[in-house]
Amino acid sequence: MTAALRFDPIRLPPKCEALRKEVRTFLADEIAAGTFDPHKPQREDNDAPEFSRRVGARGWIGMTWPKQYGGHERSFLERYVVTEEMRVANAPTRRFFVADRQSGPVLLKYAPEHVKMDILPRICRGEVCFAIGMSEPNSGSDLFAAKTRATKTDGGWLINGSKIWTTSAHMADYMIAIFRTSPPTQENRRHGLTQFLVDMKTPGITVNPIRQITGQSEFNEVVFTDTFVPDDHMLGERDGAWKQATSELAYERSGPERFLETYYVLTELVRAVGRDPDTRAAEGIGRLVAQLHAMRRMSVSVAGMLQTGKEPVVEASIVKDIGTVWEQQLPHRVRDLAAFVDADPSNHATLDEQLAFATKLAPKLTIQGGTTEVLRGIIARGLGLR
Amino acid sequence: MADDDNIIVATAERIFADLADAQTVIHNKDGSWKAPLWHALSEAGLPLSWVPDDCDGSGASLADGFAVLNAAGRAALAAPLAETMLAGWLLAQAGLASPPDAMTVAPARPRDRIILNDDGTLSGIARGVPFAVDAKHIAAVATGAHGVSVALVDASACRISAGLSIADDPRDTVTLDRVRPLAIKPAPAGFDLTSLLLMGGVARSLQIAGALETLLDISVGYANERVAFEKKIGKFQAVQHNLARLAGEAAAALAAASSAADAIANAAQFDDAIFLEAVSAKIRSSEAAEKAAAIAHQVHGAIGFTSEHVLHRFTLRALAWRDDFGNESHWAVELGRQVAARGADELWPLVASR
Repeated sequence: MTAALRFDPIRLPPKCEALRKEVRTFLADEIAAGTFDPHKPQREDNDAPEFSRRVGARGWIGMTWPKQYGGHERSFLERYVVTEEMRVANAPTRRFFVADRQSGPVLLKYAPEHVKMDILPRICRGEVCFAIGMSEPNSGSDLFAAKTRATKTDGGWLINGSKIWTTSAHMADYMIAIFRTSPPTQENRRHGLTQFLVDMKTPGITVNPIRQITGQSEFNEVVFTDTFVPDDHMLGERDGAWKQATSELAYERSGPERFLETYYVLTELVRAVGRDPDTRAAEGIGRLVAQLHAMRRMSVSVAGMLQTGKEPVVEASIVKDIGTVWEQQLPHRVRDLAAFVDADPSNHATLDEQLAFATKLAPKLTIQGGTTEVLRGIIARGLGLR
Repeated sequence: MADDDNIIVATAERIFADLADAQTVIHNKDGSWKAPLWHALSEAGLPLSWVPDDCDGSGASLADGFAVLNAAGRAALAAPLAETMLAGWLLAQAGLASPPDAMTVAPARPRDRIILNDDGTLSGIARGVPFAVDAKHIAAVATGAHGVSVALVDASACRISAGLSIADDPRDTVTLDRVRPLAIKPAPAGFDLTSLLLMGGVARSLQIAGALETLLDISVGYANERVAFEKKIGKFQAVQHNLARLAGEAAAALAAASSAADAIANAAQFDDAIFLEAVSAKIRSSEAAEKAAAIAHQVHGAIGFTSEHVLHRFTLRALAWRDDFGNESHWAVELGRQVAARGADELWPLVASR
């Protein structure tokens, strides 16, 4: 075979099911207490600091990290269960999710010991929010076109330039960003970028919210003017960020959040059609459920491979490609299938509201965190075409 | 399912490569490859993989048998291997021994029924039965006044009207008119026609996934050789992205089929969870077959549309296998009804239980 695709039928171990029950009970209590409404994914404010702390207190942030940094040394499959239950419940995870998924693992790998000891335990307690500074006004998918400069100064670096489309920057305590420390070389256009940890309270940072087509303002423009970053906040190799980006992507791309972002409209459709749907609705729902099950089995398989220390970059890219295209199309399929549903059922207003929101949200799903085009390029490389 | 270390799969793959290579099959239009192939498969004990030792079979595990079927799909095998394996498995469910030689199973479609009459004979019409014309015996699920039975029937006692799938493999109509079975026993509790169709559906899903793996392989290989507009067509982004989608479809089919096979291999009963796994595998692999076949042909251009090229052996079989043991529309309706009957808030717990 040119392409040895591997998706072993990994099962979640029995201890995951006990954990799943704990998470469901916790979420049911939070819903009952009014922390969030699971039927309203469109709520304006997804920031819930107290909820984050309670999730942290349960030990569900930094689950796979070493105990010395506040982690819990649990498996990727246990983390998987927590992530998917939170996602399906539409829990307000924004404050801690990026740190848990991406920023924490980067710090674990590249930050100096005292920085790890300072920040990682606070992430685990649900106290700090992270943003990721990748895109710039003229550099999106083409990461290596980044121009925002880090210039060497006494004891650190001065940052000048701007990042854009930076999710959660308005509420973030820290950003992990790539800045240009050297020009690219003739041989390697990826050379010259360095990863840094930025404290968002540093003077010289302006965060300007950007309104999205959903009506929300989750992403921002972040402007740096002579912003000082100390030497010990450089992460990994100077000029070598390009070597550090790839392994991160397998974690970022294959999780349940890559196909469950609009799942709620499927639940509401099933509610709307009732217990005895007509053939058309039944077939439509059956296909969607089969597709969902197949994707989840692929995604769990990748989580299982990550657990055994593999870096299934191609498989993870396939999960994100298929998953995000599916969750993008889902509101449109649900709209089709709901066309003949009586306006009678009490949830119809909920379904309409959710569909309106999911339809507006859908375009971003195949753009954020690696566009479909970038993913297919990675898959093609894995197939031996590039 | 790359089972490099599985000796049963390795044996099967060697036989497929030596005696039923796609190019060889195309060149031998008289079908002269069939008898030596079947002889070798029988010698290796593969057709009766799922028949326990005490029922005259090879006693391989369900998992090994499923892996062989995946390999058969990768080879686009046009012989009643899956059918004989399924028949042996079905007979063993009721404790019936398997005769040697090729078999098939009936009914093979969800709307067909075979009835056990009061006088102990069987009646009914089963359409789309794979390889019935090549089978010496038929293993049947029959419904009578006292429940479900499994029967072994002499194929020559049935009226068999020959038909062909779109891949030109036999798909026949089998008519039983008060046929007396050679052997018959009650099916175990909870076993019915749906159980056979789900098992057959998972077998077909693995075959489809295997065919798609090969489609990906030969399409990538071709894109890396064929030059047009002064470069290899695999260097064009449009072609790369099509092949990436083909990889995704092959991956989805493989993941769904492997998951369902694993679920059945480790289950005691055909319950709701097995139903979800099995029908999802059939639905998803069938959907993948449509998309993957279209891309593979698109990449190959006109040469792949010729009968001399091997491509059609994989594309047409993947498409034809969709129709056996309940097509994706049938199972989607059944799954959708089950999901609706359980209620909206039970959907996620069902999906998460797997």
